[in-house]
Amino acid sequence: MSALRADASAALAIARKDAIAELRGRQIAGSTLFFATLVLLLFGFALGPDSRRLAEAAPGLLWLAIVFGSLLIVARLHQLEAEDGALEELARYPIERHAIYLGKLLAGLAAVLVLGGVLLPVVAILYGIDLAAAWPALLATLVLGAIGLAAVGTFYAGVTVRMQAREVMLPLLMLPVVAPLLLATVKATSAALTANALGDLGAWLQLLIVFDVVMAVAGAATYGHLLEE
Amino acid sequence: MGTRVLGIVALVAVLAASVNALFLVPADVNQGDAQRIMYVHVPSAWLGYLSFGVTALAGIGYLWKRDLRLDAVAVAGAEIGVMFTAFAIWGGMMWGRPVWGVFWQWEDPRLTTTALLLALYLGYLLFRRLTDDPHRRAARAAVVGIVAAVDIPIVHFSVEWWRGLHQGPTIGSPDKVLHPSAPGLFVLALVSMVVAFTLAWAWLMIRRYQLARIDWQIEEHGRLGRISAARRAVRAAATTPADGAAEGA
Repeated sequence: MSALRADASAALAIARKDAIAELRGRQIAGSTLFFATLVLLLFGFALGPDSRRLAEAAPGLLWLAIVFGSLLIVARLHQLEAEDGALEELARYPIERHAIYLGKLLAGLAAVLVLGGVLLPVVAILYGIDLAAAWPALLATLVLGAIGLAAVGTFYAGVTVRMQAREVMLPLLMLPVVAPLLLATVKATSAALTANALGDLGAWLQLLIVFDVVMAVAGAATYGHLLEE
Repeated sequence: MGTRVLGIVALVAVLAASVNALFLVPADVNQGDAQRIMYVHVPSAWLGYLSFGVTALAGIGYLWKRDLRLDAVAVAGAEIGVMFTAFAIWGGMMWGRPVWGVFWQWEDPRLTTTALLLALYLGYLLFRRLTDDPHRRAARAAVVGIVAAVDIPIVHFSVEWWRGLHQGPTIGSPDKVLHPSAPGLFVLALVSMVVAFTLAWAWLMIRRYQLARIDWQIEEHGRLGRISAARRAVRAAATTPADGAAEGA
């Protein structure tokens, strides 16, 4: 029990450190929010001015923008750690390796949630959809999707952080793995928005829960091997 | 020697099974000769999955034993798996064009799952190529291979659901070709193809494993060569001024 508590407090301390660094520097928020909003704007241009078509495609475009944005988030969170050998220092602390993974996951989760919270109203405005009626289902989808993206992203950012070609390798490794998450979040979001398929919504949220748990456990179990030199 | 015998046996088996599947077994009534693609498509898909399973198991084994020979097994599995999976997708597309009317059928969960599988392991191979240190590469590749393997069932179920949650099995899925009512000749042709392809797979795996070991020896040799060259340079630099000093005294 005390081991669990030690892990939790170590993870929270790491997440808090990242949050403080971000609140002081605002390096991630500025670039990621701007980039993801720009992506949504460009999707609008790519799909033309037909507003019905945009509203139909909105769940897919929203989640693609969140996935792309989360790539930047997890890469930047690990980049901060790798500079000046901070990750090596972190690995030398007398804490469990999976606690480091969970800490980075929590920091990433908070950032992806902020990203999703900003993009939802942007999508509503740009693509003309009404979010108000469906907000509990949308919130549940956002939280479960963000957990999955943070879990997978933190793992692959750890894999690629020391590579020369990390900007290329992170999306190449991460995007195929999050394909089921993209399917589930898009389907859940459109089920929530159309509000005529409550059974489907539940099934997709369950799939997201399974994805989140499996990926977080796999990440926590293997992350320690990434810190070894 | 044993490997060479295995290679010859595999070659003869593949040739014999191919001649049987191409010329001796009658063509399918509905699909015509296009159905013959199934005889290479099904073994390729099966060997793709088998190879990726081997890669995941070898990765777990490496993390446990820290033996680079297991990493050589992992890279052999990934590379040969990518080859067979690409071959299976290519064959499926060639079959889909005349039978379904399209190369790519988004409704078919197996096709979309296999495409993602190919992307996962192409990423794995690229990742290996861009990491230098053998032990670091082996450990990182092992965890990447394990997470990829864990993802496969989730990908499969999500794509299965994606076509429509309340829909029954779609018509025209490749397994329907293997309907129990299929004539015994067709089943025999397929089974002999699977056996022949699996023999060829075993030979390829052994050869690729040996190649990985040789690669590793070359890398190691190069590293030792650089170390001894550096040591010679240091010794030369240390002795020359000392000699000069001795002469001066």
